[in-house]
Amino acid sequence: MKNFRRELMVFLRTVIGRAYPRLIGLQRERSWLFFEIFLPLLGTAAFVYIYRALGAKPEFTGFVVLGGAMTAYWMNVLWSMATQFYWEKETGNLALYLIAPTSRMAILLGMAFGGMVATTVRALAVLILGSLVFRVTFTVSNWGALLLVFFFTLVALYGLGMIFASAFLLYGREAWHMANLLQEPVFLLSGFYFPIKSLGFWISAGASLIPITLGLDAMRQLLYPQAGWGFLDVGIETTILAVLSVVFLIAAHRMLLWLENVARREGRLTVRGQ
Amino acid sequence: MTVLQRESWRESLRSLKVATWLGWQIESNWTDPFLFAVYSLIKPIAGAMILVVMYLVVSGGQTDNPIFPYIYLGNAFYIYVGSVLMGISYAVIEDREHYGVLKYIYVSPIQVYFYLLGRGVARTLTGTIAVIITLVFGVLVFKLPVNFLKMNHALFWPVFLIGLAGLALVGILLAGLTLITARHNYFMGEAVAGALYLLCGAVFPLDVLPKVLQYIGLGLPMTYWLEGVRRAMLGTSVSPVLAPFTHETILIILFSSTLCVGAISLGFYRWCERRAKEKGLIDMQTMY
Repeated sequence: MKNFRRELMVFLRTVIGRAYPRLIGLQRERSWLFFEIFLPLLGTAAFVYIYRALGAKPEFTGFVVLGGAMTAYWMNVLWSMATQFYWEKETGNLALYLIAPTSRMAILLGMAFGGMVATTVRALAVLILGSLVFRVTFTVSNWGALLLVFFFTLVALYGLGMIFASAFLLYGREAWHMANLLQEPVFLLSGFYFPIKSLGFWISAGASLIPITLGLDAMRQLLYPQAGWGFLDVGIETTILAVLSVVFLIAAHRMLLWLENVARREGRLTVRGQ
Repeated sequence: MTVLQRESWRESLRSLKVATWLGWQIESNWTDPFLFAVYSLIKPIAGAMILVVMYLVVSGGQTDNPIFPYIYLGNAFYIYVGSVLMGISYAVIEDREHYGVLKYIYVSPIQVYFYLLGRGVARTLTGTIAVIITLVFGVLVFKLPVNFLKMNHALFWPVFLIGLAGLALVGILLAGLTLITARHNYFMGEAVAGALYLLCGAVFPLDVLPKVLQYIGLGLPMTYWLEGVRRAMLGTSVSPVLAPFTHETILIILFSSTLCVGAISLGFYRWCERRAKEKGLIDMQTMY
């Protein structure tokens, strides 16, 4: 029992320790905050103007603003979760992580937690500014359901990010290209800028493995109940997201153990400048 | 031409050639040719498909609206903006921060300006693959009204090449800025490319922008580049703001604005380079 408590404390301290630089980084380089809000806003604005040029209904502007805000999470998962161990390897920190007397899972959780909080600030800023600039009004039909969907979306999404982080342990510079490859195709498949239903049932069902697909669809249904663009019922989507959250976290733990061993055996943990 | 000048030109050309080859290797040899081909195919098609689906959702499946090829072509050629602009400025980050070789490049018998242009040429090559894939996909799948044999070649090639040169010059300008900045260099290329995407009417006619942004858009060479390319391929202009300009006017504005950008870019890069040397920034390691 004493051992368990000690290990739990180390685990929690690691989570906080790894989350700390991400949270403190929010205010250390404030100009970054500007860029991280300004850049997604530029892309979002371009997509809003496309819909305006096409004469789309006003709710599509809302879909784009929400999608634009959620891109911040996907980019964070790709560049600050998936590729993180690659960057750590390049800067020589990865070896230090591995010899530290703590759980690697706690390091990943700390990264996820810190990233989640820091990104929420940016996503909220994009959402608020986007709504103000483009005069978007959201009507929340059920706050509880919206928060639950958002919570499960983030847990499942960062669980997926943890799986990627483990997988990317094996990569050298191809990590950068793989993360790059996971941008536009995922923006397309997850329906960041249009309702996912328009891709047809089977493609949407396949894309639902990416948590943000169902998360975005459910949030759009809750914010625009009259639009009629929902893929599945919000209840079903929330249940699937909850299941994905559990599955991805367990899979991330297994993957981390397995791939760390593979990387150790193949001597890839300390290779730099590849 | 004196012997010294001839030698300098030879060195510049050699720098350009070697940098192009190096850039191509960095861009393509990170994986096997099959995965590289898949990577080259998926990314641009996915990017185009986002806009196609957005269009189809609103139009109810119709592709005969003239705005459809306008959006599609603008998006296809905009691939060059990201590739060339960021390719050149990222070369500074990669060589200085990642590989730590920028200082060795500076002490070697190489023209750094042409070296950076060469890295841009490599990205232009990978960008060209993506543009061709996107265009062929559009013609085959969405029956884009583009006939590569019958399009206005007399307008297309001068506009296309001047536009690419202009992009390379803006890339050099960004490379200069990257040389003297520490913590913002990753954002700059993306910010400029993102702003141009919005302001130069890449995927929507300038007319839908607020007036102030329209005027800014009209002051950018890329606006005329994309308009010229679209006119050459489609034969018409969809944008009421740009429609009054004749083909010749588009070409003249593009050429003269590219010259201006060139002069600013060259002067600015030299100033940045001198400042980077004075402040010891050529081998800076920020660990960001």
